[in-house]
Amino acid sequence: MIFEGLAEKLQNTFQKLKGKGKLNEADVDQAMRDVRVALLEADVNFKVVKDFIKKVKERAVGQEVLQSLTPGQHVIKIVNDELTELLGGTQSKINISSKPPTVIMLVGLQGAGKTTTAGKLANLLRKQGRRPLLVAGDVYRPAAIKQLQVLGDQLSIPVYTLGDKTNPVDIAKGAMEHARSYNNDIVIIDTAGRLHINEELMEELQNVKNAVHPHEILFVMDATTGQDAVNIAQSFHERLGIDGVIITKLDGDTRGGGALSVKAVTGKPIKFAGMGEKLDALEPFHPDRIASRILGMGDVLSLIEKAQSTLDSDKAMELQRKIRTQEYSLQDFLDQMEQIKKMGSLDQILGMIPGLGKMKQLKDLKGAVDEKEMVHMKAIIQSMTPKERNDPKIIKDSRKKRIAKGSGTKVSEVNRLLKQFEETRKMMKQFSGMEKNLKKGGGFKLPFFK
Amino acid sequence: MGFFSKLKEGLTKTRQGFVAKIENLVSGKKIDDELYEELEELLIQADVGVNTAIELVEDLRKAVKERKIEDSGELKNVLKELVADIMGSEEFKLKTVNKPTVIVVVGVNGAGKTTTIGKLANNFKQDGKNVLLAAGDTFRAAAIDQLEIWGNRVGCDVIKHQEGADPAAVVYDSLQAAKARESDILIIDTAGRLHTKVNLMEELKKIFRVISREMPDAPDEVLLVLDATTGQNAISQSKLFAQAAGVTGIVLTKLDGTAKGGVVIGIKSELNIPVKFIGVGEQIDDLKEFSPQDFVEALFEE
Repeated sequence: MIFEGLAEKLQNTFQKLKGKGKLNEADVDQAMRDVRVALLEADVNFKVVKDFIKKVKERAVGQEVLQSLTPGQHVIKIVNDELTELLGGTQSKINISSKPPTVIMLVGLQGAGKTTTAGKLANLLRKQGRRPLLVAGDVYRPAAIKQLQVLGDQLSIPVYTLGDKTNPVDIAKGAMEHARSYNNDIVIIDTAGRLHINEELMEELQNVKNAVHPHEILFVMDATTGQDAVNIAQSFHERLGIDGVIITKLDGDTRGGGALSVKAVTGKPIKFAGMGEKLDALEPFHPDRIASRILGMGDVLSLIEKAQSTLDSDKAMELQRKIRTQEYSLQDFLDQMEQIKKMGSLDQILGMIPGLGKMKQLKDLKGAVDEKEMVHMKAIIQSMTPKERNDPKIIKDSRKKRIAKGSGTKVSEVNRLLKQFEETRKMMKQFSGMEKNLKKGGGFKLPFFK
Repeated sequence: MGFFSKLKEGLTKTRQGFVAKIENLVSGKKIDDELYEELEELLIQADVGVNTAIELVEDLRKAVKERKIEDSGELKNVLKELVADIMGSEEFKLKTVNKPTVIVVVGVNGAGKTTTIGKLANNFKQDGKNVLLAAGDTFRAAAIDQLEIWGNRVGCDVIKHQEGADPAAVVYDSLQAAKARESDILIIDTAGRLHTKVNLMEELKKIFRVISREMPDAPDEVLLVLDATTGQNAISQSKLFAQAAGVTGIVLTKLDGTAKGGVVIGIKSELNIPVKFIGVGEQIDDLKEFSPQDFVEALFEE
């Protein structure tokens, strides 16, 4: 990773200031340099960064450092709070009209993910008991209509199309009639991707808007968008008056500063985030998580939430005690593997953990553990006696041979598992150390370590 | 229209924003910290990236000191030189020695891979080449249809399987077909994938294993398609695609908007991956060969 966590960087900057009672201007200036770089690296627009730094500085200078925090941690806390505030609250709701159908129009640049998002949104609304109609309004991109139809088929959600020879305004009007006669209470209009500076196409969107008066015009934006995000969003907003934003492709490793910039210039809430290729991968947007992601603190909260919903809390407590006291055994390793499996794919989970860039063992683990191998690992551990599981040190040559035979694997695989177990144990130790630090910083916790 | 003027046309907005500001900035001003800071900001605004921008301005300071420059108007030329140094001076042509020449196109979702392939196929077709396309994106809904429509427009065949088929199998068939039909060029489309998805990157590696098993000298080119509006994440994208797919060049798309695409400067300096083409519009002939020299010239042109 090019940019290691800001949290860490600030800790270093402030190391020498430990124990100071108040933050003075020079300290804060030093810290703000790091914050500036971090925000810019995260693609937050430079003007937004400027305003933001000014605001944080005003708030931080002269502040009493909380007793439980180091000065570095205190600044991070202020930065994090301000970022979260700037990003706004969670507003992942579609304004449903009292007079159906509710019309939603998706707009944005080419390749932002409008068509996929249309499918996901329809799926989400149907789960809430609605009867959505998808409208194929992209008559320009080759096979865009077909794409929406395929998505509609997969979801068993109707798709309205008049082919690619009819203009989008007439398609939208026709869709409204269709929705009324077929009792669809939601109409989601997909539109062609266009550049915000393309007069003709922007006018076309205005015409669609004037024809069907959408209740929600949602601007769909790629989470990796850079400094230009503000220009693009502003142009769409000025032309159409957008009601909200959907950020797509947030499941990659982008820091998502573009999202912050868009919120800052349009003042419109970010309603949803696209988190994967599957049609249920549209999630409510959580400002606090983006804030810590921008700061390089990882998506800790998402991880905790995910863990909490799937992990057995008693087991987690027990596990934590064991890790602390070094009693962590292969049996626990097995249990944990099962629990992790319940949480989703491993790389998704690992991606949410802060400081991953630095932790080499974890990266190895990420590469080493694929789903198929997990089955093998399970078989190997299950071929061990309880005694062996609790004290793997006693597993020498003949035991290894027996275990390999019992699990239908090779001795080399048994060796690899034992090595991985050792690494995991080390990693766990680091985690529990890290958790203590983070706890001081902002009350973050990691799963397994309540 | 020559390459230079086309590029300039495509970059007009880039130029207008960027150059106008530089002009305003440097004329008749004192060379001081504030001026340097503003220059740094301009670079950052163009998505050059904060670290690269800081380095460039550091180098600018040094150059100004060494050459004892006092006229602030000179700063622009020096900065231009520095960027040109990073981007390199040679032109980056596609390697087309082998027959068939195999070109694989990779990238994240929505970067513009399929459209780029359509334009690229058209370029080759204009040169009188016999082009074959492979519909390797078997994942995204209607991606195969999209490529076929481009194939029809350009007038070249598309090797395809059903949606959901193994992309490596499509690639295998397309290689056999390219050999049998004695095609000059085979361009392979792949599904968009986020560079952080390990399983999808493994799938990509499998495609490359099939290619090198069937044709040891192939692929000749692996092009990473990059959206010019992308910010610093483009560096991570380039790095991971380079690792998994051995990227030989970048196609920078959507440069006809207001995005500056400055991140390619960072990519060239950090990863040494050259830009080979730029996409400057929606028309079939809107893919242009990239020349770093012209890029810098156009970027700083008065």
